[in-house]
Amino acid sequence: MQQIFNFVIRNKTFLLFLLLFSIALALTIQSHSYHRSKFINSANFLTGGVYGTMNSVDQYFNLKKENNILAEENKVLRELLFNKNSESDSTFIDSTFSKDHYKVTVADVYKNSYSATNNILTINKGRNDGIKEDFGVITSNGIVGIIDNTSNNYATVISILNTKSSINAKLKSSRHIGSLTWNTESPNIVQLEDVSQYAPVKVGDTIETGGESSIFPKGIGIGTISDFESDISGDTYTIQVKLFNDMTNLGTVYIIENLNRSEILNLENNSNE
Amino acid sequence: MNNIIGINTIRFFILLLVQVMICNHIDLFGYVNPYIYIIFIFLFPIKDQRLILLLTSFILGMLVDIFSDSGGVHAASAVTLAYARPIILKSSFGMLYEHQSIKFSATDIGSLISYISIGTFIHHSMLFSLEIFNISNILLILKKTLFSSIFTIILSVLMIILFSRNKK
Repeated sequence: MQQIFNFVIRNKTFLLFLLLFSIALALTIQSHSYHRSKFINSANFLTGGVYGTMNSVDQYFNLKKENNILAEENKVLRELLFNKNSESDSTFIDSTFSKDHYKVTVADVYKNSYSATNNILTINKGRNDGIKEDFGVITSNGIVGIIDNTSNNYATVISILNTKSSINAKLKSSRHIGSLTWNTESPNIVQLEDVSQYAPVKVGDTIETGGESSIFPKGIGIGTISDFESDISGDTYTIQVKLFNDMTNLGTVYIIENLNRSEILNLENNSNE
Repeated sequence: MNNIIGINTIRFFILLLVQVMICNHIDLFGYVNPYIYIIFIFLFPIKDQRLILLLTSFILGMLVDIFSDSGGVHAASAVTLAYARPIILKSSFGMLYEHQSIKFSATDIGSLISYISIGTFIHHSMLFSLEIFNISNILLILKKTLFSSIFTIILSVLMIILFSRNKK
């Protein structure tokens, strides 16, 4: 017993190092698996407060650019509105059965990140605003990511610039689907993998969300094809997609809640059993 | 004694805030960021307080991790640097370290640069191998380590020289 105590006292520095290092290592390993980083994340009171102060200063430098983006978006929405009116004249909508499928919340990006391999954003809306895990996040240009952790007033978003993220997407010209991943090389380019070789892939075509994941609505723009090549096996294409969004400059984002999500998930679970 | 504790506490919080509010968002050439919070570990008093140094560097690393959503990579690499510090000190300062009489504001610049370079390199290689966590991306790890190390070393040496002059 005496010898054990002596050993501990003699090697106390090394033992403390070992203890602290294994705690840190455990947290690292945990953070590398999807939806597991529960303890160490920036959706909390302390970091939210600091990033909030920083953001309120930072916002003033981007006001002009932000105004231009909003004006541009207003133009698009107005066009949509006018065009929709003229179309819906001829079709009859039964208001008893028509119901909103998506709810949209506006949020500010408090912390953006695009240079690491697993990029995570922090936004200023949380559980108090009805934000939950697995809601989609977009800007007026295209998709940004998926909500990961939430606290009362803040939430973290797994960016599409994250090796863990994989989002369902499809070609706009046809219905061929693939999954969107990132190879960490450039913050403007993501990869669309596992696209069938029968798909009519052309440089310059648009890629949009597929609507199969029940997170994003169908038809939200992602980017354009800048390059593509066949896989080693020759069965599938890997497509380089140039994003519509400038992921290095995000201000205001929209959080999308699919109101039918629980129903869809239930149904899928039931049919899997 | 109180003075030393006070200076180190203030340095702890200032370096943490500068790191998470400015240095994490520089992104030179798209991905190069300096990690200047390790100056705290470099400048920690030399006298035999290794347990306190280990604990404080762990907490500092953990706080940087929380701010940058990176799991425990900064904590792990900061603890490694804190544990390896006596060896680096001995190799760069030699006899001065044996006598426990190093004053960072008064040492010659060559030893200071070699001390900071070795420490930064150890910290950064640990940091990026844990952050990327994939042996097949070894080139990316080396590239990030090299460029970030250069940036951190330049900034750290400049800051140490700049701020230690004032106290004279």
